[in-house]
Amino acid sequence: MKVIDKPEFEALIDEKISSDRRDVVGVQDDGEKYVFDDLDSAGDLALEYDVTMLSPKKYLMPQRETILEYRDANGEFEWRAKAEPDGKVIVGIHPYDLVAIEQLDKIFIDTLRDEPYRRKRENSLLIGVNMQDASETAFAASMGTATTDSGYDLMLTDLGETYAVNIGTLEGKEFLNSADVRKATAGEVQEVERIEQEVVPDLFERELEFSPALLPTILEENYDNMAFWEDYSEKCLSCGTCNMVCPTCYCFSVDMIRDLGTNSGRESRRWDGCLLEDFASVAGDENFREEVAERHRHRFMRKGWYIYERYGDIACIGCGRCTSECVADVADPCDVYNKLYQEAQAHAQ
Amino acid sequence: MRSSTTAKFDIGENEYQPVNGLITRTRSFTGADKLFEIQLPDGEELGHQPGQFVQLLVPGVGEAPFSVTSSPTKPGPFELTIRAVGNVTRALHNMEPGDTVGIRGPYGSGFDPDVFEGEDILFIAGGIGLAPLRSMINYTLDERERFGELTTVYGCKEPAEQLYPDELEEWAEGDEMTYLETVDQCPQDQEWDGPTGVITSVIPEVDIDVETTNVLVCGPPVMYTFVLQELDEMGVPDENIYLSLERNMHCGRGLCGHCQINELYVCTDGPVFHYPVVRDKQEAEV
Ligand SMILES: Cc1cc2nc3c(=O)[nH]c(=O)nc-3n(C[C@H](O)[C@H](O)[C@H](O)COP(=O)(O)OP(=O)(O)OC[C@H]3O[C@@H](n4cnc5c(N)ncnc54)[C@H](O)[C@@H]3O)c2cc1C
Ligand code: SF4
Ligand code: SF4
Ligand code: FES
Repeated sequence: MKVIDKPEFEALIDEKISSDRRDVVGVQDDGEKYVFDDLDSAGDLALEYDVTMLSPKKYLMPQRETILEYRDANGEFEWRAKAEPDGKVIVGIHPYDLVAIEQLDKIFIDTLRDEPYRRKRENSLLIGVNMQDASETAFAASMGTATTDSGYDLMLTDLGETYAVNIGTLEGKEFLNSADVRKATAGEVQEVERIEQEVVPDLFERELEFSPALLPTILEENYDNMAFWEDYSEKCLSCGTCNMVCPTCYCFSVDMIRDLGTNSGRESRRWDGCLLEDFASVAGDENFREEVAERHRHRFMRKGWYIYERYGDIACIGCGRCTSECVADVADPCDVYNKLYQEAQAHAQ
Repeated sequence: MRSSTTAKFDIGENEYQPVNGLITRTRSFTGADKLFEIQLPDGEELGHQPGQFVQLLVPGVGEAPFSVTSSPTKPGPFELTIRAVGNVTRALHNMEPGDTVGIRGPYGSGFDPDVFEGEDILFIAGGIGLAPLRSMINYTLDERERFGELTTVYGCKEPAEQLYPDELEEWAEGDEMTYLETVDQCPQDQEWDGPTGVITSVIPEVDIDVETTNVLVCGPPVMYTFVLQELDEMGVPDENIYLSLERNMHCGRGLCGHCQINELYVCTDGPVFHYPVVRDKQEAEV
């Protein structure tokens, strides 16, 4: 573990902003919310934040991105798959968001390979920061994602005048090369441990009543509990916001766009969500998840059971974004999980 | 200066890169269906398995999944049969030989002919569902000696909707396969001397050994429940049944999430499923 003075850290970031070819982005306060946005200066960073509206997923899998271009070359079409070569330097990622990115890595790089994601991801540098504040809808401690010892290039912990810095990768180490850093003292190492083990878990108001390891089983047992899903989704507007803000959701649609007046254009993909009414509809007026209750059930089954079956991860990291952004005020997964658990308990008696 | 983390990769192989497919022949059936013969660059073979599909891109319009309807035993260009239902499919119907489209694939898991080696097969096709099955039917006909008794039941709404009429006639007249057909109804301006009624009314007429015959089914979503009920009543074990299912698809690669049936992805785990795998999946609607 290394230690860097805060002004020195800011100077390092400012140096990167002016010298790194990649965009340097970080958490800032936009007046209403915390957001990841382009950094003009390290002074704009707000690393003591609770949660950002969107996770850094937006840089690795943008809301819209071109994946293919085509043009008519004398009657022959030329297709050219696109993958943005540049990643970002992302400053201030909370541990739960790093865990979400690791989950995406497993799917988009290790298992199924997706070049547009892979390039941006592998060319990005992730600077994490241990949490100092939590939103009132978050329950990351219960999901085991409030701290992490992997998934970052560098991980900061605020120690007042200084940051303790854990180095996760060689790239992270090189990033620090030009800065004035020193080895952490035993006391500083212990302080970081104390923060991770005692201070961070206490930040959360919401709590799961059981171990997340039970979630796949609990969900499976409640698959046919339609009364629950119907009751739960009654007020839902099917706006899909809970999908869009979720750092572990990665469903998308692909659209072809023609450049007006030409024979060229591109295919772009955009975020899509299983809560949106037409997500599973096909020709002939057939919709395989017509009822809003079925769509909600699918969302939770996918997060807590299906993805677990396939990739070994619970695809909910407890950030609480879906809860805070839901206009109908129904999307609280912590509440859903606890109720399902209670139903399972009641059933067992 | 770029840090050592940037530019690790050359622009190389990318999963979303299509190749140009040249339309070499089209053929309209009387209904809204059209057959397209498509040739890959340098005469390359698609290398598909019966039941697999391709993602087809119409420049400027969109992309959609289509089952390959020709058998891999037929060398050269491959064939698709496309029903005009929306943007991409209508645009395709306006294309003609000499035009090009983009092709990705083949994708999905199809029918593995080796699994059926030496065994009897009953094909049950409803409407456009004959398109994917035709690939397997023609495979078994082309390598006839490798398979046991073959039977095909084909039903569609009305006579004018029948696909591949010449081929159907050959199937009916040849002695390599038993062929039965039906139409839901025959409008007055059309001719028909076969049976009328939904496909389930013909299935009991097939003469098969229910214990040993493999049944391969493809049709519109509503058809499955009724056909499966019928097969159950006839005593066909679930283990003998294979279904090809359709879902909304965007990526074809298990990523975009549209095609999911419970924890299964139709684009990678299917579209051909062994019935016991999907039997208890509520979202399969079978
Ligand atoms: C594995 C597979 C194999 C298929 N094989 C064939 C085939 O051999 N021949 C054939 O004619 N059709 C086939 N289809 C169906 C075909 O893909 C759709 O009909 C087509 O996507 C509609 O595209 P469109 O742009 O013309 O329609 P759109 O303009 O997109 O919409 C028309 C209607 O189709 C629905 N739709 C949109 N996207 C899809 C989609 N990806 N799949 C199904 N419905 C969709 C819409 O909800 C709408 O109701 C297959 C589908 C799958 C999944
Ligand atoms: S954000 Fe709320 S209202 Fe919108 S789809 Fe999700 S649960 Fe329904
Ligand atoms: S489901 Fe909600 S709480 Fe869980 S990761 Fe997604 S946005 Fe965060
Ligand atoms: S088509 Fe995208 S996951 Fe199946």
